[in-house]
Amino acid sequence: MAECIECGAQIALSKPEKGEIVDCLECGTELEVVTDNPIALALAPQEEEDWGE
Amino acid sequence: MRVGIVGGSGYTGGELVRLLLMHPEVEISIITSESYKGKMVKRVHPNLRGVTDLKFSGMDELDSYDLLCCGLPHGMTMERMPEFLEHADRVIDLSGDFRLRNPEDYQTWYGVEHPNPELLSEAVYGIPELHREEIRKARLVSGAGCLATSAILGLHPLAKEGLITGTAVIDSKVGSSATGAKSSRSTHHPERSGVVRSYKPTMHRHTAEMEQELGVDAAFSPHAVEMVRGILSTCHIFLDEPLEEKDVWGVYRSAYGDEPFIRIVKEKSGIYRYPEPKLLIGSNYCDIGFEREGRNNRLVVMSAIDNLMKGAAGQAVQCLNVMYGFEETLGLETIGLHPI
Repeated sequence: MAECIECGAQIALSKPEKGEIVDCLECGTELEVVTDNPIALALAPQEEEDWGE
Repeated sequence: MRVGIVGGSGYTGGELVRLLLMHPEVEISIITSESYKGKMVKRVHPNLRGVTDLKFSGMDELDSYDLLCCGLPHGMTMERMPEFLEHADRVIDLSGDFRLRNPEDYQTWYGVEHPNPELLSEAVYGIPELHREEIRKARLVSGAGCLATSAILGLHPLAKEGLITGTAVIDSKVGSSATGAKSSRSTHHPERSGVVRSYKPTMHRHTAEMEQELGVDAAFSPHAVEMVRGILSTCHIFLDEPLEEKDVWGVYRSAYGDEPFIRIVKEKSGIYRYPEPKLLIGSNYCDIGFEREGRNNRLVVMSAIDNLMKGAAGQAVQCLNVMYGFEETLGLETIGLHPI
């Protein structure tokens, strides 16, 4: 299990691999597994969109 | 169960008929309308063609029912509720006539003296997410106002945790169906189309419901916009403590984690990152999103519903399900359309 860094929800991970992208089922945020032992997650890189010009 | 609908020719009444015709535990025994007495229901609600051949009856034809649902205009039910309670074991009223617990509030907000104040203390405010256990046992349930529902559901978790210490500022956008089926010059298409019309920027009646249910001061201003159905309420509160977004997530998860009709919508990518009423048309969902502005501790909460569903008839059916011990989602499984 890992905790979503965005919303705090618990995320079940089976055999996570470094670099893998996982979705938080609660808030929908895409997270990247940055280390697999211990598991650490970071926000996955997003394509920027231009809103509000 | 035998259900009667009193005042079935309006938009709320029509939506109630649509939902209850598909409800597996309900038989609609009578639908009344004084204006359309004797006419086919599908004549007024053409979306029901091929689904029902019921005709409108008059209120003088009311018999005995398990439940009466009242969709009469505001001000009519408060006089006649004792009579309706003789025709049915239980009543759900969709007007504003039994929403406020304090009789004096009717003078302040509706400009009338309530003729049956003893029933106000008995009536349960019909938002299951707040009053589920009381609704289960209630004889009289009062359907919540549509604008009030969106604001209350948006802010309830924060109010419950004591996080709203100042005035909550609520700005709502609402579609034309919220004004009901009766037309006026201001709802005439050339006047209504394309507007962003501020109406009742102060002292709107639904403010009283928000303050009653949230237990906080509310400053509420609604706007009529170019939609037929839908409400988006944007609520602003200023937090005393610098909460992180993850903490706010926790507050909403704790309040609504098991709620079948509440969805937290807050996404980092995509077109619809926050609640959008257009996607909820015909559904009973309330979508809630939020964002914190760290520099001034402002928390912005967005709450979207279909005003005729979660804001009226859908929520009434949800209350019916709670009252009679049915699955809460029964007859309300419709999801919104996309694209629309």
